[in-house]
Amino acid sequence: MEEIKYIEPAALRDEMLRLRNEEKMDFLESLTGMDWGVPTEGDAPGTVRGLGIVYHLESTETHERVALETSTLDREHPELPTVSDIWKTAKINEREVYDFYGIIFIGHTDMRRIYLRNDWVGYPLRKDDDPEKENPLRMDNEETVDETIEIELGADGTIKNKKDLIFGDEEYVVNIGPQHPATHGVLRFRVSLEGEMIKKIDPILGYIHRGIEKMNESLTYPQTLALTDRLDYLAAMQNRHALCMCIEKAVGIEISERTQYIRTIMDELQRIDSHLLYYSCLAMDLGALTAFFYGFRDREKILDIFEETCGGRLTLNYNMIGGVQSDIHPNFVKRVKDFIKYLRGVIHEYHDIFTGNIIAQNRMKGVGVLSREDVISYGATGGTGRASGWHCDVRKRMPYAMYDKVNFKEIIYTEGDSFARYMVRMDEIMESMNIIEQLIDNIPEGEYKVKTKPIIKVPEGQYYQAVEASRGEFGVFLESHGDKYPYRLHYRSTGLPLADIVDTACRGEKIADLITVGGTLDYVVPDIDR
Amino acid sequence: MFDFSIVTNWVHSTLTSVMPEGWAVLIECVVIAVWIITLYALLAIALIYMERKVCGFFQCRLGPNRVGKWGCFQVFADVLKMLTKEIFNPKNADQFLYNLAPFLVIIASFLTFSCLPINKGASILDFNVGVFFLLAASSIGVLGILLAGWGSNNKYSLIGAMRSGAQIVSYELSAGLSIMTAVVLTGTMSFSGIIEYQADGWLIFKGHIPAIIAFLTYLVAGNAECNRGPFDLPEAESELTAGYHTEYSGMHFGFFYLAEYLNMFIIAAVAATIFLGGWMPLHIGGLDGFNAVMDFIPGVVWFFAKAFFVVFLLMWIKWTFPRLRIDQLLSFEWKYLMPICMANLLLMTLMVVFGLHF
Repeated sequence: MEEIKYIEPAALRDEMLRLRNEEKMDFLESLTGMDWGVPTEGDAPGTVRGLGIVYHLESTETHERVALETSTLDREHPELPTVSDIWKTAKINEREVYDFYGIIFIGHTDMRRIYLRNDWVGYPLRKDDDPEKENPLRMDNEETVDETIEIELGADGTIKNKKDLIFGDEEYVVNIGPQHPATHGVLRFRVSLEGEMIKKIDPILGYIHRGIEKMNESLTYPQTLALTDRLDYLAAMQNRHALCMCIEKAVGIEISERTQYIRTIMDELQRIDSHLLYYSCLAMDLGALTAFFYGFRDREKILDIFEETCGGRLTLNYNMIGGVQSDIHPNFVKRVKDFIKYLRGVIHEYHDIFTGNIIAQNRMKGVGVLSREDVISYGATGGTGRASGWHCDVRKRMPYAMYDKVNFKEIIYTEGDSFARYMVRMDEIMESMNIIEQLIDNIPEGEYKVKTKPIIKVPEGQYYQAVEASRGEFGVFLESHGDKYPYRLHYRSTGLPLADIVDTACRGEKIADLITVGGTLDYVVPDIDR
Repeated sequence: MFDFSIVTNWVHSTLTSVMPEGWAVLIECVVIAVWIITLYALLAIALIYMERKVCGFFQCRLGPNRVGKWGCFQVFADVLKMLTKEIFNPKNADQFLYNLAPFLVIIASFLTFSCLPINKGASILDFNVGVFFLLAASSIGVLGILLAGWGSNNKYSLIGAMRSGAQIVSYELSAGLSIMTAVVLTGTMSFSGIIEYQADGWLIFKGHIPAIIAFLTYLVAGNAECNRGPFDLPEAESELTAGYHTEYSGMHFGFFYLAEYLNMFIIAAVAATIFLGGWMPLHIGGLDGFNAVMDFIPGVVWFFAKAFFVVFLLMWIKWTFPRLRIDQLLSFEWKYLMPICMANLLLMTLMVVFGLHF
C-alpha cells in the first residue's frame, strides 16, 4: 500500500506546478479517474469521496516518486483543473477520464470523448451508472465531430465556453485507418495534408474498446487475470506478471524463487517475441517483404516453446496469483538454449537484409525525431523513450523479479529518430538473450506455485505496480475496499502515450514517414483501447 | 539461323493470290491481334506464377502448391476468379474517366509490347524510329494511371496517381537517355538494326564501360517506370492501401495487374534486346565454329531466356529492397541518375567519335 496525498482542487494547480518546477517531477506516470461515491454518515474523518483523480509522478533525475489525489463532490457538473499544460500526456489521459467519469477539466483544449461514441449517454465507470440502460446497440454510423469545447476559467471565477476546431473545411484530411495495413490494428488517424506533407494528426481511438477496466470491477481477482493477456497481446506475460505482483504484494503472498526465475525468463522470451514481430512489421511497412518473413520464421520458434509449456501461443494465461499455472515443460530448458544459439546465429541476416540497406537507413534516419523532453512529457516509455536518451527501463528503475540479480545493459540511444528506436529494439533482443542465458541453467528446484486461498480478498488500500513490458512501462493501479472484487483496477497503457506522440513526431514530415514513425513507435491497439 | 520472315512472306503471298491485297492485310492484322493478345495473356500468367514462386523462395516459403502440380494452375484459377468478379462503379466517381483508365493502361502496354522482335523476322512493328515509338507509346500508360486516380474520387487514389505521374515522367528521362546511349553506338533507331549490329557481340560487350552503365541505369529507371518495388510508391500498400487502383475490382483491376507484369516484361525485353542482343545468339567475333553451334539454338529461345533473366533480376531487386520515399525517389532521379545518364551519353559519344569501342 502506498501513501497518497490528498489535495483540494483549488490548490491542485499550484501544488502540481510546484512539484513540476521545484521538485522536478517531470514524468506523469499514471493518471487514474476514480469514483469514490457520495459521502455517507458512517465515513471516517478524512475519507475521500466524490469523483476524483489519482496522479502518480516521478522525477527522472532523482527517481523520487509521489502520488496525489484530488476529488470533487459535485456529480452534476464535476469540474477539476487540468494539468495537461504541465505534462503533455495528461491531455489524452484526461480525455479518458472525461469519457468514463464525466469530469470536465477546466483549461483542457480538447474535451471530446475518446473511446466511446459521441452519442453515448452517461459515464460508464461511475458507480451509479448503468451503461446498458440508455445505450442500445446503435445501427447508425458515428459522425466525426471537428469541434471541441474548451472551458476557460476567468480571473473572477466565471466560466466561459470557447469553441476549438480540430480540422477546418478547407483542409485536405486523409483517413489512415481504421482498416489500414499500417496501423497494426483498428486505429484511425485523421491526417491533414499539404501535398505530401503532414500538417496535423488526430488519432481516433476506441474501435476495439472492450471496457476491461469496468469489467474488472465485477470480477474476482483470479478472474481479472484472464483479461490482461488481451491488452497488449505481445506483452501477455509481462502484463499478467504486473497484475499478479500487484495482488501478491497487496495480500502479502511470498512466491518461490523458482517462480521468480520462470517469470523472468518468460518475460524476456516474450520481449524477444515482440521485438521480432516489431522488426517484421516495420520491414513490411517500409516495403521490405522478405525481411518480414525472417522475423516471423524465428518468432514461430518462441511460440512453439510457449505452446509446450503454457498451452497457448498468443494469449498464454500462464502467471497466476502465487506462481505460475503449471511447471515448465521438461524440454523447456533445452529448447530455450537451442533457440538462443540459433537466433545468435541468424540475427546477422536481419542486419544484412534490412538494417544495412541504404534505402532503409534513409527512410529511418532523422525521421520522426523526438526530443528527450517530449518523450518524458508524453510519458512515452520503453524503446521509444530509450531511443531519445531517457533511462526509463523499469527493470533498472524499480527492479522486480530477478532483474536486480542479473547483469544487463539498459540500451540507450540519444538520436531520438526512427533509426534509434529501431536499433534499441534490435539491441534489446541481444540483451534479453543475455538475461535468459544467465538464468536458464540455474532455475532452482521448488514449488512453481504457492497455495493460495480459494477466495482472495485484498486488504483495503491503493497499490501501484509497474513492469517493463515489451513496449514500455505497464502499470497496474489497484484500489481495494477489502472485497473479493477490486474497487478500481486501472492499467497504465504502454501504447496510449505512443499513439498520442505520433502527432508531435510527424508534423512537417511526409505521409510516408507516418508509416515509418508508426512502425518504429510500435503501439499495439488493444492495449491503447483496453 | 531461321528467318521467320519466310513464313510471313509465304502467308502474305498465298493470301494475295486468292484475294485483293486489302483483304489480305486485314486478315493478317486480325491474326496478329489475336496472336498478341494470346501471347500477352500467356506471358502474364507465366510472369505471375514466376513472381510467386521466386518471391516464395526468397522468403523461405514454397509459394503456391495446391492447385495442380507445384501450384502451376494457381494463376489460371486466379484469372477465372477475377473474370467472375463484379465490376462496380463508386458512386461519386467520374464514370467515363474511371472506366476509360484501365483501357488506356492496357493499350499502352499492348503498343509497346508489339515493338518487341521475338525472332529474326518476327517483329510486328519495325520501322526506322522504332525506339522512339516505343518510348512514346509507353508514356501513354501514365495517362491511364492519372485518370484512374482522378476518376475514382478517392484520396488514396489521387495521392497514388500524383506520385505515379511525378515518378514516371521523371524516370522516363533516364530510361530514354540510357537507350539513346545505345542508339549512339549502333547509329540506328530501328530494333532490327540494333540487333543486326550485335551480330558479332552483344552491345554490353561492344560498348563496354558506358554500355554497362547504360544497362544498369536503364534497369533502375525501367523498374521505376513500371512502378515496381523499391519504386512502388504509387501503390504503396502500407501507406495508400492500393494507390491509384484502390477503387477498381474484377477485370478492371485485372487490367492494371496484367499491365504491371507485362510492363515489367517489356522493360526486361527491351533491355535484353538493346543491350544483350535480343534474339541474336551469343556470337564472339572470330570464333566461327562456336558461333555456328550457337546458331542452332533458335532465336526465340535466346530472346525469352534473356528477357526472363532480366525479369529475374528485377524480381530479385523487388523482394530485397524496402520502398523509397517520394522526395528521395525524385532527388535520386534528378540529382544522381539523370546526370549520370547524361555524362554517360557524352562518354559514349566520345568513344564512338574516337572509335574506342569493339
